[in-house]
Amino acid sequence: MNTEGLILFFLLGVTLVGLAVIFSGLIPQKTTNLQKHDTYECGIPTQGSSWIQFNVGYYLFAIMFLIFDVEAIFLFPWAVVMKEIGMVAFIEILIFFVILGLGLLYAWKKQALKWE
Amino acid sequence: MFLYDFTQLTSSIHSSLVESFGEGALTTTIELAIAGVAYLIFFAVLGLFLVYLERKVCAFIQNRLGPMRVGPWGLLQTIADFIKLLMKELIYIKSADQFLFNVAPFIVITASFLAIGAIPFDKGLQVLDFDIGVFYVAAVSSLGVLGVLLAGWASNNKYSLIGAMRSGAQIVSYELSVGLSLMTIIVLAGTMQFSELVAGQADLWFIFKGHIPAMIAFVIFLIAGTAETNRGPFDLAEAESELTAGFHTEYSGIKFALFFLAEYINMFIVASIATTVFLGGWMPLHIPGLDGFNHVMDFIPPVLWFFMKAFTVVFIMMWFKWTFPRLRIDQLLTLEWKYLLPLNLINIVIMTIVVLLGWHL
Repeated sequence: MNTEGLILFFLLGVTLVGLAVIFSGLIPQKTTNLQKHDTYECGIPTQGSSWIQFNVGYYLFAIMFLIFDVEAIFLFPWAVVMKEIGMVAFIEILIFFVILGLGLLYAWKKQALKWE
Repeated sequence: MFLYDFTQLTSSIHSSLVESFGEGALTTTIELAIAGVAYLIFFAVLGLFLVYLERKVCAFIQNRLGPMRVGPWGLLQTIADFIKLLMKELIYIKSADQFLFNVAPFIVITASFLAIGAIPFDKGLQVLDFDIGVFYVAAVSSLGVLGVLLAGWASNNKYSLIGAMRSGAQIVSYELSVGLSLMTIIVLAGTMQFSELVAGQADLWFIFKGHIPAMIAFVIFLIAGTAETNRGPFDLAEAESELTAGFHTEYSGIKFALFFLAEYINMFIVASIATTVFLGGWMPLHIPGLDGFNHVMDFIPPVLWFFMKAFTVVFIMMWFKWTFPRLRIDQLLTLEWKYLLPLNLINIVIMTIVVLLGWHL
């Protein structure tokens, strides 16, 4: 049932949003005026586009996340079979964590975790 | 022994369908249609009820009554709100990227539908039962951030953009803690399949089986889960006092309602995962040695157990929101990267030692 289930839930999401949006597009009365379709900025006209460069700090954390997320993918299979393998798995993961912790410490020392 | 077993119901429906239509595509389609309608209704009712619950909990914490006018104790208030939002005109923004602007709500809602499908409500009351269940839920629930980012970017509004960027940084950071705290329990259980995780907790829940590391993991999961769903005190993405409404500033009518709905459903999904992985899922409370007590607990239906536990966790998350002031983005990232992440890594090592030495119950 799993593959069919996946398709089912995907379709359910699309159907719910689709029906709601189509209903709201057809039924409610539409009006228009000069300012209605402007960008909202608490009453004053917007200055220029918002598609501009923004703080690089967000990217730094995204890159950090990428490293640790890949590491998490390695850890999931390890976590499942840890009980069967036993002591060897523990020593291996200890080495893995030490290397990873050194990486985190390096990033910490380099001020990569500091928000500016 | 399980009273109130749903596998009997589902298998009897299946066998009667096979009798009338034969084994094949038609039977599967009808079964999927039944499940689909059930989930659609469940999704909508759950969303409406959670919004009502939030308003009531907030009101009682602030010593108010909350909605009281529509229906008894204001029970129909959210339905009235929903109808109002459905009848509102959808306003488009001239300078927005129309395609991405319209696609964003689809992604957010579909992500929460995909996640809720894997939740085991009772024995046999679960549609998606992958052997990598925990991993699957972690994967699809992080798809929602894509919708949030798209919504903020496509709106072409500075408030939305800042809200979306904050939300992106926040969700990807706390994603790690969610994954690692669940991993602590996977080390203990040795499986990622939800049905097996629940079955492993028949004698005692994992939060008690794993002693202190499991409890630390549970606390980390609650904090990270609250942050993952963009809820207060981590609701920087829609901080209404500084960003109007954050990433959904430009959304109106039912599209806004869908973002709102997805947020509440995601809260329930986080609570359900906490219930399933840490608090025994639909298993009744069993204490080893007390046979009489265990038998009495068996008479409460498992579905009821599941929803009691899940709504307790939901209540704790609402309690967080109405108790703590909002964090700043630097405090938020410091909390994750300098405290929760190192603590989590150490916690996994401790759990491994506990499992290897057989200290767990």
